[in-house]
Amino acid sequence: MSSASSLSWFVRHEVRLAWREWIAMLTGGRRGRKRAAMIGLVVFAAIMHLPAYAVIGRFAGLEMPLDKTSLIVMTATIALAWALMLSQAIESVTRVFYARADLDLIMSSPVRLTNIFSVRIAAIALSVTSMALLFAAPFVDVLVISGGARWLAAFAVVIAIGLSAVAVAIAVTLILFRLIGPGRTRLVAQILAAVVGAGFVIALQVAAILSYGTLSRFAVLTSDAAAGFAPGPDSLLWWPARAALGDPEALLLLLAGSLVMLGAVMAIFSPRFADTAIGVSGSHASARASQHANPFRNGSRQQALRRKEFVLLKRDPWLMSQSLMQLLYLVPPALLLWRGFSDSSAAIMLVTPVMVMAAGQLAGGLAWLTISGEDAADLVATAPLPPVSVVRAKIEVVLIAIAAIFAPLVAALALASPIQAAITALGVIVATVSATAIQLWFRVQARRSQFRRRQTSSRIATFAEAFSSIGWAATSALALAAPFAAGISGVLTAAIMAVTWKISPRRE
Amino acid sequence: MVCNEADMDFPMTIAEAALEVRGLTKRFDRPAVDALDLAVRRGEFYALLGPNGAGKTTTLRMVAGLLRPDAGSVSILGIDALADPVAAKQTMAWVSDEPMIYDKLTPLEYLEFVAGLWGIDAASAEASAHELLASLGLGPHLHERCEGFSKGMRQKVALAGALVHDPRLIILDEPLTGLDALSARHVKGLLQARVRAGCTVIMTTHILEVAERMADRIGVIAAGRLVAEGTLDELRQRNGRDDTLEDMFIALVDEAAAA
Repeated sequence: MSSASSLSWFVRHEVRLAWREWIAMLTGGRRGRKRAAMIGLVVFAAIMHLPAYAVIGRFAGLEMPLDKTSLIVMTATIALAWALMLSQAIESVTRVFYARADLDLIMSSPVRLTNIFSVRIAAIALSVTSMALLFAAPFVDVLVISGGARWLAAFAVVIAIGLSAVAVAIAVTLILFRLIGPGRTRLVAQILAAVVGAGFVIALQVAAILSYGTLSRFAVLTSDAAAGFAPGPDSLLWWPARAALGDPEALLLLLAGSLVMLGAVMAIFSPRFADTAIGVSGSHASARASQHANPFRNGSRQQALRRKEFVLLKRDPWLMSQSLMQLLYLVPPALLLWRGFSDSSAAIMLVTPVMVMAAGQLAGGLAWLTISGEDAADLVATAPLPPVSVVRAKIEVVLIAIAAIFAPLVAALALASPIQAAITALGVIVATVSATAIQLWFRVQARRSQFRRRQTSSRIATFAEAFSSIGWAATSALALAAPFAAGISGVLTAAIMAVTWKISPRRE
Repeated sequence: MVCNEADMDFPMTIAEAALEVRGLTKRFDRPAVDALDLAVRRGEFYALLGPNGAGKTTTLRMVAGLLRPDAGSVSILGIDALADPVAAKQTMAWVSDEPMIYDKLTPLEYLEFVAGLWGIDAASAEASAHELLASLGLGPHLHERCEGFSKGMRQKVALAGALVHDPRLIILDEPLTGLDALSARHVKGLLQARVRAGCTVIMTTHILEVAERMADRIGVIAAGRLVAEGTLDELRQRNGRDDTLEDMFIALVDEAAAA
């Protein structure tokens, strides 16, 4: 086989793998759902045009030259999209190194590895950019329909920032690999992937709270201070915004710059991909060793289960990244709370729904890991304790973990407003119990490493968990402002829980 | 020769039986285990043989409490395992061919967890854990997380976990899969030592030589039914030929398939 034909074969192989992974993500890995998933996706994309219109419709009339505030808002929005793509790209690069089972086959085959890994980098770029185009499509469509064909350039901007995000992700991951080794790179990359997108929004919120006492990130972007710091209208910083508005010169330069970035990364890093892959497979041999061993501890069987769960939770990289993201979302309300001590801002009310929502989401993840993600299911099933004791011990772990995270925040809130603290505590408890119950009703036997696929394994459980968290967050917020409305919201959320229980798989 | 109902006369008393299974039945799309009767004496090394899909693993999973039978009874050391599964589980250990351990725990942490689940005193469990892991060649890896272990090392950790609570009945489903020759010898030695100490071992294996060398009695299962059972000599006598176990096994399975 010639070099060119082997390369085209590998391109086909990569595209097929990417397509099947994407389909598996949509269908939850279940055969026969492809058609329904595609129809669902098209319907979802069509429906997404409505919120897209609400969010972005009013900007369709923007034309060059823009004032500084519009340039700042638009550039920040593009930067946020770039950060989200970077997050997705880091996750994809990590998966290629650590999760794909075909590296041994590729590395042992008689093909030029530099070419093969160049194709793999291009495949990552293609999949990340395609996904970004898919999500951006409703927003760009709205701009094109309302503002004219010039907005089609925004699609090209999405491609350009997708390519540059992949280039940066590959460079960051491989540099991390060189600096801190394969074991830590996996953890750090996963944490980076989880927090990088959210971090951008949260940083803007933190700045807004510290400067203006509000959660609105637009307060910072539209402030005079931001306009004062911003460079002049000819700055390179505004090129993405100008390109999106249809400036051909800026668009061409942006595309060219992104392609050059990706090309440079391919040229520099493709030859090193093989070394990196070898390093990753070798990293298992130098497994992490504990610094010291604790003596065995006596205790009940449930204590043994709880101890094991806590150790595994502490050592779970996915949970670490997901929890960090949830905790990051708590930073703005915590800051708001802190500011609330010094002024009587009504914004402090926002702390309650954010905490309740975060508790529900975090409890859902924790409950899946402890209840469904049991790596030694046979061992636990053959242990001499009733199944109900096993489940109880695992639920206790979730409740203890949530209590440890949220109790200090509720205590701090109690200093500012005891009634709000009581309502928040109640909301956190109900949201946690609801999310845990949903995971219990829909429990499956899975490995912990399947955590990132948990949301595709049961759509009903995923939506029920999201709706219950949102419902309890809304109920808690309304309880502070309009108790009657809170009653209605609470009844509706309880009804969601009842329906979820009714349609959950029957348990023995 | 093929077993019939009359052969299964349960010559041992309840007091002698480590495991007594009667009329055990499990259906999936087709009968996986079909009214199986089986009895294993205390202190016996029993090998359960059969072709792929014969019902060996399904049988043992029902005995271990991992599957609920459609019909039949399971008695472990005189305890009705279906009526009182917790008491039955206290006395036994299960090791599957696919070692299920926690990647993020070290072998010592794993054994501490198992000892905790079985309610074993921490001090004696710790001493036993060190001894077991050292005897299985895992001494240098006590404090390493299992995520980097080979399949053989993982299998040894799972086996150490099964032995750390000193079970009286050990059920092993293909325990030698993935072990190198030296490790397999270690494991076989360890199991034989347990049998000498009065423990009962029931093991499925496709390595007929292992069954031939180690087992006190051998049971052959096909299409969910026990088609032959006895010591190697008894099987030879019944077969009327001085065949190897492999020849007898193939003849028995062919006979059962034709029936």
